[in-house]
Amino acid sequence: MNTTIGASSTRTPDLPNGSGAAAILAAGVGAFALAALAVAGDKWALLKPILSFYRPTGPLSGVTTVAIILWLVTWAFLEWRWRRKTVAMARVNAIAFVLLVLSILLTFPPVADLL
Amino acid sequence: MQITSHGLWTLIHGMGFGTLYLLACSGALLELYRFTSPAEFTLASPNRARFLKAYLVLMVVLAWLAVLTGTYIVYPWYRAAAPPGITDLSLYPQRLLMASPATIGWHSLGMEWKEHVAWLAPISITMVAFVFFRYGSDLRNHIQLRRAVLCFAWVAFLAAGVAGFLGAMIDKQAPVKGGHTIQLSGGGEQ
Repeated sequence: MNTTIGASSTRTPDLPNGSGAAAILAAGVGAFALAALAVAGDKWALLKPILSFYRPTGPLSGVTTVAIILWLVTWAFLEWRWRRKTVAMARVNAIAFVLLVLSILLTFPPVADLL
Repeated sequence: MQITSHGLWTLIHGMGFGTLYLLACSGALLELYRFTSPAEFTLASPNRARFLKAYLVLMVVLAWLAVLTGTYIVYPWYRAAAPPGITDLSLYPQRLLMASPATIGWHSLGMEWKEHVAWLAPISITMVAFVFFRYGSDLRNHIQLRRAVLCFAWVAFLAAGVAGFLGAMIDKQAPVKGGHTIQLSGGGEQ
């Protein structure tokens, strides 16, 4: 059953935004780590065998595993620091969006080849 | 009617997990937008919130299964090295694509982009699901949080769309074959 509450339902939030901000910024960091590691693995031959955690998949296995670990560790750290806080969400969003856009650009081979 | 085991896994990865995820995306975007909109005239019922949570969990599972099966089951068959001197490259899709100037782009641009951009989908949709679980309808009171969640949900959709499109086109040019043959039906008289 739906409850009518008026034309605009924006109220004082029940929860601080810290937990959400931690998840958003960590996702940006994880995405960027993935793209940066992919470029690094492609550019430096030395990194390829190091990143080949699972030989049949090659460096992609290391790139994705390390990126996922960095993402989860960043998330856990930020969640621990920000869970009960209200943070400057506009700045967190701006950083997360920049990281996300950079990650999309860096995964696109013609852009990565320019570096 | 037959299919190879490698072909079946490619089907499970792409047509199973990948396509189901992509189909779910439009519904999730619309429902997230409506459920958390400050302009919505109504507060959502607990049933609607429960449904959206279950829907997002399913999407997270599908996204992770798609990238994990792609990376660790199908991709090794795609990139398998052909033995020296072999002329029939049909069992080595990457080498087959790279053998012709007409198809090399499907690997150097298509697969190189797909194998990385696809991973943005599970990262993004996991974050979206977590934030929705944590805040629920309270998201409508966090305008900036809501904006970021919707943006990442779009990225999760677009990244999967790019990966799905490229995967389908690459498999059309150089299908992943091999493994043991599975008989689907006995066939009929001609």
